[in-house]
Amino acid sequence: MKRKLFCLLLVLVLMLTFVVSCGQKDDKTKGKKVAMITDIGGINDESFNQSAWNGMLRLEKEGVEISFLESAKEADYKTNLDRKTEEKPDLIWGIGFMMADAVADASKAHKDQLYAIIDVGYPDGELPNAVGAMFHSEESSFLVGYIAGHMTKTDHVGFILGMEGDVMFRFQYGYLAGVAYAAKELGKEIKVDCVTINTFGDTAVGKATATKMYSDGADIVYHAAGQAGSGAITAAKELGKWVIGVDLDQSPLAPDNVLTSALKNVDQAVYGLSKKVFDGEQVGGKTFFFGLKDGGVGIPETSSKHVPKEILDKTKEVEKKIIDGTITCPITEEEFKAWKEKLG
Amino acid sequence: MELLNTVLLTVSITLMYSSPLIFTSLGGVITQRAGVDNIGLEGMMAFGACGAAVVGYFTANPWTGLLVGALFGGFLAFLHAFISVTAKGNQIISGIAINFIGLGVGIFITRRLFNGAAQSSTVPNGIPKVMDLLGLDKTESRLLQSAEFDVTVIFGFLFAFLIWFILYKTKTGLRVRACGEHPGAADTLGVNVTLIRYICTTLSGVMAGLGGGITALSIAYRFTPTVISGQGFIALAAVIFGNWKPIGATLACLLFGFAQALTVILGGVPWMPSEILKMLPYVLTLLVLMVFVERSTPPRALGQPYFKGQS
Repeated sequence: MKRKLFCLLLVLVLMLTFVVSCGQKDDKTKGKKVAMITDIGGINDESFNQSAWNGMLRLEKEGVEISFLESAKEADYKTNLDRKTEEKPDLIWGIGFMMADAVADASKAHKDQLYAIIDVGYPDGELPNAVGAMFHSEESSFLVGYIAGHMTKTDHVGFILGMEGDVMFRFQYGYLAGVAYAAKELGKEIKVDCVTINTFGDTAVGKATATKMYSDGADIVYHAAGQAGSGAITAAKELGKWVIGVDLDQSPLAPDNVLTSALKNVDQAVYGLSKKVFDGEQVGGKTFFFGLKDGGVGIPETSSKHVPKEILDKTKEVEKKIIDGTITCPITEEEFKAWKEKLG
Repeated sequence: MELLNTVLLTVSITLMYSSPLIFTSLGGVITQRAGVDNIGLEGMMAFGACGAAVVGYFTANPWTGLLVGALFGGFLAFLHAFISVTAKGNQIISGIAINFIGLGVGIFITRRLFNGAAQSSTVPNGIPKVMDLLGLDKTESRLLQSAEFDVTVIFGFLFAFLIWFILYKTKTGLRVRACGEHPGAADTLGVNVTLIRYICTTLSGVMAGLGGGITALSIAYRFTPTVISGQGFIALAAVIFGNWKPIGATLACLLFGFAQALTVILGGVPWMPSEILKMLPYVLTLLVLMVFVERSTPPRALGQPYFKGQS
């Protein structure tokens, strides 16, 4: 009996943890309705869920009725999408590529509901009521690469990639191109160590890899490896080197060592795409890319703390050139090779 | 010079990777030697990492953090001891539940304390480094930078020796092992099986909490939901790999850390695909298991609750 009671208690505690961690809030204002489903991070995750929610808050200021549901585990995606679909909002956002399948399933099941998703591009026209928002990460990576190229004293920088794939290669080849562009300007060769660590979660591997790069003579390392990459930041902190953050302004993690960050402004995508929907544009079945032009990617203000003004000014020039198309950023190995040949 | 640097770097990465594993697997050895299985090490590590990071953040003192991390782990393990020893429940199920509870409650605590975020803020001070403590100036010396490691590594080895000594050279150790081999016989000779199992199980959580705390305070510098991602299970494997012996388990952890270090050192070599490298630790583990390790024999009463009077 005692044993049964105890097991029951255990189960209760377990359930409580999940229930408490998925709180729910509904705001009522006039006009259109937009809902958002977070992935496991929740809306205060100091990462893209929070950024997405900031975009929603901007919509709210314009009279849009916003609401959200947090997913405590992967199994919640479907339930949360279904719950929100019943409320029939004008648009439902799924945040993050983890929800790709759940959103695809929901859009097949509910043909009259419009869905949008961050970091996923479904094949054109396959899902007429789902729209993808992706980012020109190669553009922000180009900028941080350009800064790294100008800032390196050892003419040697590093890059840590979480996982290989089309979306991730944008970071790598954008960065390589940025470094090469700076090297060309300075008339020198800059070596770039690129390592794929095949994990987004294992901080120890990220830290060890960065330590090795610094030991090999790199003085700046850029990571695109999520939590694993935060190990690169601790390595920089311990060794007193520079590191470049990704997705968010990561300077709070190591204010003295984070040189700059390649931002992905999810809020901009959420806001911009939602507005397109309200304007009556037919967005279903398409994928939209957000880049430097519309503020979808960029570098943070805090960069001015460590990057000298003249380099930042030059970076601004490069940014303008990317926006007006004078510079195109490569996103695959072939494109990068061709790009580099053209650069000379 | 270059070679020496690579060797030093390999050693220091090995130590960084294996020290949390060493603590945790030593915990595993203690509890399994006393006859209580504990597959909840992962959850205890996560909970310990949470306690260590949270307290380390608020007090700015890594040692207080580590201590609280140990207490957090010990608390969960005490729960496990209650289920396994007093309630005589299934130890595997209890362990699985604890894996969920450790991480779940850990995230819950950080959400309460850090404005809803699932991860803690960065701790101001991590665990001190040996070279820094020795007062060596490493800003100029690349070799010293490569050779740097956390002071907790030393404690790990000390613990391994201490636990080996207690288990094999003292009466207490004999009693602990007796509880794992034949609790009925131990009981007949006046050994308090219940008490010993409680103490050993709780200690295993304390060690796992330390392991988690070290991960949080010397590698990640904060708690995140993925800060402990599988280390608890690797430590558990190290217990079996090391044939339920403290020194064996420590060596197993070092081997695993070394394999991880190799993947890092060889990383970025153009002719080596990163996917193959990623498999290296596991392939190496299997090889060693096939070639070097003698048949491993678990404690005979492992995982079985003891009913008084049972022979």
